[in-house]
Amino acid sequence: MIVARTGNEAMAEAMRQINPDVVAAYPITPATEVVQLFASFVADGLVTTEFVPAESEHSALSACVGAAAAGARVMTSTSSQGLALMHEILFIASGLRLPIVICLVNRALSSPINIHCDHSDSLASRDSGWLQIFTENTQEAYDTTIMAVKMAEEIMLPAMVTTDGFIISHGMERIELIEDEKVPQWLGERKIINNLLDVNNPITLGMLDLQDYYFEHKRQTIEAMNNALPIIEKVQKEFGDAFGRYYPIVDEYKMEDAEVAILTMGSTGGTGKVAVDRMRKKGKKVGLVRCRIYRPFPKEAMLKAITKVRVLGIMDRADTLSTLGGHLYNDCRSILYESEKKPLLKNYIYGLGGRDISIEEIEEIFDQLLKIKDTGKVDKDIVYYGVRGE
Amino acid sequence: MKQEKKGWRELPIGLAWKSGTSKEFETGDWRSDKPIWDAQKCTHCLICWIYCPDSAIIVKEGKVQGIDYKYCKGCGICAEECPPKIKAITMVREEK
Repeated sequence: MIVARTGNEAMAEAMRQINPDVVAAYPITPATEVVQLFASFVADGLVTTEFVPAESEHSALSACVGAAAAGARVMTSTSSQGLALMHEILFIASGLRLPIVICLVNRALSSPINIHCDHSDSLASRDSGWLQIFTENTQEAYDTTIMAVKMAEEIMLPAMVTTDGFIISHGMERIELIEDEKVPQWLGERKIINNLLDVNNPITLGMLDLQDYYFEHKRQTIEAMNNALPIIEKVQKEFGDAFGRYYPIVDEYKMEDAEVAILTMGSTGGTGKVAVDRMRKKGKKVGLVRCRIYRPFPKEAMLKAITKVRVLGIMDRADTLSTLGGHLYNDCRSILYESEKKPLLKNYIYGLGGRDISIEEIEEIFDQLLKIKDTGKVDKDIVYYGVRGE
Repeated sequence: MKQEKKGWRELPIGLAWKSGTSKEFETGDWRSDKPIWDAQKCTHCLICWIYCPDSAIIVKEGKVQGIDYKYCKGCGICAEECPPKIKAITMVREEK
């Protein structure tokens, strides 16, 4: 069925079709609508979900952890400060290997207070052992929300699916919905290995480990991340086979013969693709790589994509505040260390706090990258693109 | 000792463990002070039993029988709470 939906509506629709056992949530701009719409689905009897309106995001995710530990299929949604308030519990969810799914609407972290998009919220949580998937548009957000449930349950790690705040979350697009009954059919039942409700075989969950076993348990979570990518690929293939929409680990656009490229995440992938088309019309051999699966970092697929070009502009919509540039830039520099082919890198930190990035600006970035290709010299490795006074 | 413990591949996944294992975890060796119970002075008021955070006061049929040194961490709460006029429990330095 083809409908017009905003990103938030699409994610709420996905949640309605998934019909999770428990949703515990606290509203926050720009993610409010996701759970607001979902709450009305609950009130209207369209889902059988136990809805827990918590008094904070810390409580919301804590309730999710409890419910997931009891074997429930659990989802929630948040943004920015809300995710920051969940931070402590993020680690508990991954450590307990609970497949909770968060519909995360990317928004800048305070201070200064800002409700618009950048990736500083999810990227500040990147080391919490959650799968992180960045989507480019509403269709992808909808599809990925459904896929993430299966990925999380098979990998036994929690997952966050992100959309760009306001850009995707409030922008209306044409999307194709799956028929209601097919979604739970495709997902199947959640398999539980530790059942907290089995009174005949009582278990302790989340015990004290100290020096004796903490390291061993952490190593198990690390291994789950190590083994996650093939499972993610498998689930994406299964989804494609069932519903006709296939998604890559790393999205490559016109990269076959590209000489320079940009690497992006989120909605800038879409803007960038239009810029690529325009540059191609002018006869410039440019391409785009989009990092869809960000955690675990897809080392092999990313290396394969980015080593095709001689110059790569890495676009980060957040800064690590470490003086070393953005998150993607650091990850890519890291994987390129042992690579024989190394493109010249330039890091563009852009769009913080929702500052717009236009097609023309991306074309300008391409022009700069083409100039680097001609001269073979990167004048400045980290630039703050679009900031006044630079 | 190190060889007896399980490696990460052998542990059950998801931080789950069979319950009730704290019984196997003897905490008595943490003790630096040891409570000594005097059967002659004890009036079996059971205040020590109520206050002991480790359930280390052994009681049978309403009477104190002694102290379970496998779990007594030597916190001294029992000696503190034993009524001053009775003083049936005194703390002494643990001797190895």
